[in-house]
Formats: sequence, C-alpha cells, structure tokens
Amino acid sequence: MQAVASFKRWLFRLYGPEAAPIVLNQRRVYVLPTRAGLVYAAALGLMLIGAINYNLSLGYALIFLLTGLGLVALLHTFRNLVQMEISPGRVESVFAGDMAHFDLQLLNRRKQGRFAISFKLEGGRAVSTDLSADATTTIGLPLPTRRRGWLHPGRVTLETRYPLCLVRAWSYVEPDMRCLVYPRPEASAPPLPLSATGESGGARSGKGTEDFSGLRTHQPADSPRHVAWKAVAREQPLLTKQFTGASAVQVWLDWNELPPDLDIEARLSRLTRWLIDAHAQGLAYGLSLPGRKVPLGQGARQFQDCLEALALHGG
Amino acid sequence: MAAKRESPRLARIQELWLLACAVLTLAPDAEHAPAWLTAAVGMTLAWRGAIWWRTATLPPRWLLTFLVAAGSAGIFLTYRQFFGKDPGVALLILFLALKLLELRSVRDGLAVIFLCYFLLLTHFLNAQGIEVAGLAMAALVAITAALASLGHAGRSAVEHLRLSALMLAQAAPFMLVLFLLFPRVQGPLWGLPVDAYSGMSGLSDAMSPGSISNLSLSGEIAFRVRFEGEIPPKHILYWRGPVLRLFDGRTWRAGAQQEKVSPPDTATSGAIRYAITLEPHNKHWLFALEMPDVPPPGAIISREYQVLAKTPVRSRMRYEMRSHPDFVSGADESGASLRSNMNLSANNPRTRALAEQWRRESGDQEAVIRRMLDHFRQESFFYTLTPPLLGENSIDQFLFDTRRGFCEHFASAFVFAMRAAGIPARIVTGYQGGEHNPVDDYLIVRQSDAHAWAEVWLEGKGWLRVDPTAAVAPNRIEAGLASAVPAGEPLPFLVRTDISWLRQIRFRWEAVNNSWNQWVLGYTPQRQREVLSRLGMREPDWKAMTAVMAALCGFLLLGLTAWALHKRVRLDPTVRAWNRLSRKLARIGLARRDWEGPADYAHRVALARPELTQPMAAIAALYIDLRYGRLNGKEPRQRLRGLIADMEIAVPR
Repeated sequence: MQAVASFKRWLFRLYGPEAAPIVLNQRRVYVLPTRAGLVYAAALGLMLIGAINYNLSLGYALIFLLTGLGLVALLHTFRNLVQMEISPGRVESVFAGDMAHFDLQLLNRRKQGRFAISFKLEGGRAVSTDLSADATTTIGLPLPTRRRGWLHPGRVTLETRYPLCLVRAWSYVEPDMRCLVYPRPEASAPPLPLSATGESGGARSGKGTEDFSGLRTHQPADSPRHVAWKAVAREQPLLTKQFTGASAVQVWLDWNELPPDLDIEARLSRLTRWLIDAHAQGLAYGLSLPGRKVPLGQGARQFQDCLEALALHGG
Repeated sequence: MAAKRESPRLARIQELWLLACAVLTLAPDAEHAPAWLTAAVGMTLAWRGAIWWRTATLPPRWLLTFLVAAGSAGIFLTYRQFFGKDPGVALLILFLALKLLELRSVRDGLAVIFLCYFLLLTHFLNAQGIEVAGLAMAALVAITAALASLGHAGRSAVEHLRLSALMLAQAAPFMLVLFLLFPRVQGPLWGLPVDAYSGMSGLSDAMSPGSISNLSLSGEIAFRVRFEGEIPPKHILYWRGPVLRLFDGRTWRAGAQQEKVSPPDTATSGAIRYAITLEPHNKHWLFALEMPDVPPPGAIISREYQVLAKTPVRSRMRYEMRSHPDFVSGADESGASLRSNMNLSANNPRTRALAEQWRRESGDQEAVIRRMLDHFRQESFFYTLTPPLLGENSIDQFLFDTRRGFCEHFASAFVFAMRAAGIPARIVTGYQGGEHNPVDDYLIVRQSDAHAWAEVWLEGKGWLRVDPTAAVAPNRIEAGLASAVPAGEPLPFLVRTDISWLRQIRFRWEAVNNSWNQWVLGYTPQRQREVLSRLGMREPDWKAMTAVMAALCGFLLLGLTAWALHKRVRLDPTVRAWNRLSRKLARIGLARRDWEGPADYAHRVALARPELTQPMAAIAALYIDLRYGRLNGKEPRQRLRGLIADMEIAVPR
C-alpha cells in the first residue's frame, strides 16, 4: 500500500498544499475512458466485424465516424477541465460532528462554459457544478468532522465526464486551506455552574429588554431566542440582539472545577456546551484551561477566542 | 480509479431524448422486420411513452423477463434460428424496445444509445444509397445529442444538438483518414448464413411466361457501363446473360455449363472495350456485350459464351471487358451439344404442326426463320407488359389465341417453333439497350431493360442472333421499352421518357449516385490499393497503411489538442507581470492573496520583509498607475517587468 501511495504521489505530482491560484495545466489533467467508454469501444469492434462480414461500405464510414467521435470526446472532456483556476475560499469553523464546508473559487477564463465538473474531498461527498463563461464560481466542498482541532481537507479530486460520459478527465489539487473544528458540545450537560462562579447579583438580572445593547449579524451559534425577528420581518438579514449591562453575570469556566473522572475530550465537550450557553445568555465569561487562560469578556470575539482555545487545547 | 458507484437516475428530459432516439432508429426497421415484431415494438413504444407522460412506474422485472423470452421465441419461430442477418437485427430491435422499459439510470441510457448506434449500422444491410447515408447522418446527430444529454441533463436541446454536430464535424476528418487507409479486408470473415443476400433482384436462370415482364416493372439499376470511346448503336447493345436451352413445356432453364476450352477467336475487327459496374444480384453470371473474348479475373467464359464468376456477385463489382459484335460463335459445334438444343416437350401440338408445315414448304432453314418472323410481323401480335395468363400449352395459346406477349413470349415461341422445324435454337436472356447519362457519360442499364432473344444454329455459320421482339416492336430495340409498349401501361416512373426536365434531374442524380457507388460503396480492398498507389504510396500493404493512418490520426489529434488548449483569454501583460511577482514572492510564503489590492500587498510584504519595502513600493506604484492610472504603453510595462525581475529575494534555507 505504501508503495502504491508513493507511486501515486509521484505519478500525479502530489506535493502537498499549493499556492493559489492553482491552474490546471495540461500536464496535470489526466484522461482515461470510463467503463461506458470501454463498452463503446467494444461495440465499435463488433460493428466493424459486422461491416467486414457483410461488406458494408457505409458501415465502415459509420464506425470510423464513431471512432473519431470517441477521440473527439476525449479532447472535449479534457478541455472541460484544463486551464481552470482554483483558489481557496472561505472556511467557517464548525463543531466536531458537523459538516465542514471548504469553499473553492473556480475561475473560468474561457469564453465557453464548463459543465458537470464534480469535486470531492477524500471522505466527503462529491459536489457537482457548472462554470459559466469567463466568470468565477464558488463551490463549497462538504467534509464531515469528527475531531476537534485543525482540519486539513487534503486532496481535492476534480472530475468530469462531460460531454459524452465515455471519457473521464480528472485532476488532483491540494489548496492551502484548513478548518478549525471546535469540540463537540456535550449533548446533556449539567446546567451552567453559576454557583461556582462567585458572581455578584442574580443570574436572571442579566436578561431583560432594558439591557438590550444593540444588534450584530447573526452567527450560526446564536440562540434563536435572540434573533431580531422584527428586523427579519422588515426583510433585513438575520440579526442577533446583544445584551450587556453593568448587571451582567460573570462565569468562570474552569477545567479544574470539573469532576475528576472526566477525560480530556469530555471535559472540553462540557466546557464547550457551557460556553455556548453562557454566550447565548449574554453573560460575561472567562475560560481557564491547563496552560491557557482567557480572561473575562463578552461578545463574539470573546466567544471565538474561547472556542479556539478549546479546539486547540493540547495541540 | 473510481470506486464502483451507483449510476445516477435519469431526469425526465433525458428519458425523452432516449425515447425519441429509439423511435427515430426503430422507424426504418418497420419496412423489413416481421409484421408481428413491428406491431409489438410499436405497442411497447406507445406504452413507454404513456409511462413517461404520466410519470408512472416501470413494469416489474418478471414481466420484462417474460417479454424477452416471448419475443426471442417469436423470432426463433419466424426464422428458425438466431444466427444470421435478419434474426440478428430482429433481436437487436427487440432488445432496444424492451430496454426502454427498464430505463432507470444513466447506465441504462448508455445501453440504449449503444443499441441505437448498432441498429443504425444494420440499416445499411438493406440499402446504402446517398439518401440512406443522409438519413443515418441526421439520426447520428440526434443519437449523439441524446448521449450528450446523458452527460448533462440541464442544458437545452439546441445546445445538445449543436455540441453533437460540432463533435461529429470534428470527427469527420478521422473518418476520412480511416476510411481511406484502414486496411480493408474482403468479407465475409466466415460463411454467411443463407439469408444474407435475400432481396437482390435480377434475372434468374429460369424463364417462364411473365418472369421478364415482371422484372421490367422495376426501375432498379442492373449495371452501369463506361465505354472507351463512342457508345455503340442501340442494336448492338445486347448484354448477354443466362443462356437457356432446357424446356419443359412452360419454363426454360439453363443446362450445365462448361468452360470454353479453345481460346476465343478474336480475329474480327472493331472490338469494343468497356468497364461494367455490376450491382450485386447473388448469381454467378456477369453481363457482357455479345460476344466477349477474355474473361475478367476470377471468371470464365462458357461454351455458350456466358461470363461466369467463380462466386456469386454479392457486392458491387467492377470489371473490364472486350467484345466483338461481329463475331459469330459455334461454327465448329456439332453432335451432342447441338442435339441438346433440339429437345422439345410433348405438348403444344398446333405449333409443332405449323412448324412442320413451314419446313416442308420452305427450301432452307433461313426461309423458315424468315417465315416465322414474318408471321409475327404480319399477324396481329401485340407487344405488351401485361399479357394474359397462359395455361398448359402456353406456346399454342400465345401463337394462336391471345397473341399478346412480352419478349419472353416471343422468344419462347420462336425457339420452340425453330426446334420443331429441325433447327437448333436456344434462348438468351440478358439486357438490351440502356440509357446514356450525359452528365457522367455512363450507360445505365436497368432491370426494365431485361430482355430475351433467340439464337439459331445454321450449318456453316454458327449461332446467329434472332430477336423476334424486334419483328413485332422494332422500337423496343431502337428506342427502349417506353416507346415500344402502348401508352397507359404501368411503366416504371424512371423509364418514362416523356418528361424532359425530370429526365435531366434524374441524369444528374444518377451521376452523383454513380460516383457515390464508385468511390464510397465500391471502395474495396482492390480499389483501395489502386487509389493509394495513385496517391503515391509505393507499396500499400497493411503495414504501410496502418503507419500512415496512425500518423495522420496523430496529427489530427494534435490539431484538436491545440484547439482544446488554445481558446484561453490572453491576460493583460501588466497583469501577467504582476502575477509573476506573486509567484516570485510565493517562494518566501508571500504569495498575493486573491482579495489583496496592490497597496495592501506591498504593505504586507514590507512588514514581513523590511528590506523589500523600497522595491515593493515602486513596483506597486507603477502597477497601480499602469492598471488604474493614465500610464500606458510598452515602455512603462517593460520597466515594471524589469523591476520585478531585478528584485532580489533571499530565500531562507
């Protein structure tokens, strides 16, 4: 297997992440007949025997035209892929277990479109798209996540059988991109340990319409309870209401306060759940991990910092 | 490479494409397939159409299995076998129709397309004319468009058709190269089933009343002739075919054939040289003007001066001949061979009596012949394509009662009467005349020119041609069939001479057809060698042909590759220079990001590599001026390129 893998690396020139833009030049687009193409060739062989046997001159002409069609299909399929330009696009962080989406920017400089090109990450589902003439198209490649930390998508396999399904052209690219995967939030975690925080004031006083401090753009992690539905009704984009105030509750999410029988991942998982809850409730929170401490804070930036600390813990 | 994966399901529009293709491909088969199969296929198509229309579910697998079994059984019962041309085509038709009933995935669609291509080929078993080629081409564009629709359901019909036409146009040069150079093999590769050549028309080696007049109703071309020099006058154009000497009272048949041993006597002057392109008729004989001297390769000349090929003529054949119209054969004939031309059947007593009477009354044999011809000329005999049916004593009935007949009636009565009068006589069938096509200078001989005449043997002279039809209808010989039969008889449309513009069009069309036959359909292994050596290939054996073919195909592929790679939009030279800078800086991990403007990029590079601040600022400023400012022209662009090239980057080890 090792030998096969290294042979493949040599054959297809796979040398790790590449600088953008990645141009698919002719040396890195490979073409081979598909199974349908082989059947097509076999059918032509049979037809040729028939034409010879019955001396069908027009039969010869038909078979030779179809042979030419096969060769032309080879080049059309090749052309459908060659000279496409690929650059890495946006990648949003996700929680482990969710689907990560790696966006690719596909630039087609040609005056004709490109059609039915499928993209696939190893371990992910294939996504197919058309590229309009002389335009950039964005496509998101899904990849299921399992573990927290940096997720490198690895090789993208680009493939097309357009137009006649007889030939497959493919290429491998390795865009330089990665996705930060946060720990999976624990599903049934104990409630937020407000008692353990030594805060001043009641937990509930942090909430309330009088403490409304403003709107910001909606993030996937925001609780639907804080979506500014009135703004949605006015056909504005999704916004999240933010709450602050002097009376905000402070929570310390401390690794060491967790029950000792939990392992590392379970601890991170629980802390993530609490972090989400604390953020959703608009509390001020801090995070304390062995070797890393995020001071008390609030808001999206604080949330990101904490999640990142959790995702990269021990890494 | 690819793991085995589920073939995607077909979209409705793809199904429609495939259905349309199947209908288009199956329609021409209705003419030749057995009636029950045509009906069954029609019903299947209608059923599948209804399923498509209502988006109903397809029939279950057991029903399909049953239909395949039932259809195959029907084909076996019809043909008594599965091998051979007709049952093979019938099976293909059946499979295509039934495959439509399990049309679910793209893979099924591909199977339908391949079956369509195959069926397209089988249409050429029946006809290979220009019009057939045109129709096949149209079908090919449609089928290929359907194949393209399998590759992408979302594009429009026009786009699929345009792509299909483009691809076929690009494939055409390959076809040309392969057609010319693919080493041809003379088929068949193995013994063909008996039904391989059914449906070829032409003369047979038996003649009974009505057989030639039936053939005369066909406007099909029997052969084409190109003469070296002038076309001889019509009364010389007797194209000799089967010679018949055995008579059973109703039907004349050919006897056993022997090869002529002695070399032909070619002492006569005025030999006519010509080349004949014979349409296949699945019989041994070749046609030649009377009398041929040297047989073409692979053929012999019999004692009765028939030219006989060693194998039946099953594909269009071209051969060169030389004939001597003045030559009289058989002067040395005697004995048994003459007696075989004297046999009489027992019936037709009145004709026998009349012949006996003439012999007694006339001084010599020639007088008897004259008497008989005068009889035809003076009594009220009619030349007609629609003679009345004749009973057992067919010659008596014709000579004394009906007196209406076609050439076979006259020739048959004449030969019978001559034999009854003691003169050796035989029937010669073949063609008489032909039509000159002024467009390409070929003489076209049709089935409607089929003719029968007589030969009598006279002591000291040999076999003399006597055409009793000429006595009754001299126009038949001089001007052709159309002027000899009474108006209103059902002549083949193409033989009618009264519409001149139609004749002009016909001549043109037939000239085109003839070149088609000579160059496309008649491109045999022999013709291929001729053409290639004329094109300059010294030894056109299969190795040389394959080498040249591969080289030319390689060139074509190179051309297409250039086309595939060429149509890129040329980048602005300024942008190209800017990209080069990015590539250069990529070596130290400072490639320009897609969204980064020139000023930002210069700033970022300067932060990372303070020593590059100066050159980066200069380059970015120049680039901004060139791209977005008023600066233009070759000189600043060169300066930009120079600055980028001169920038020195220390690559850390």
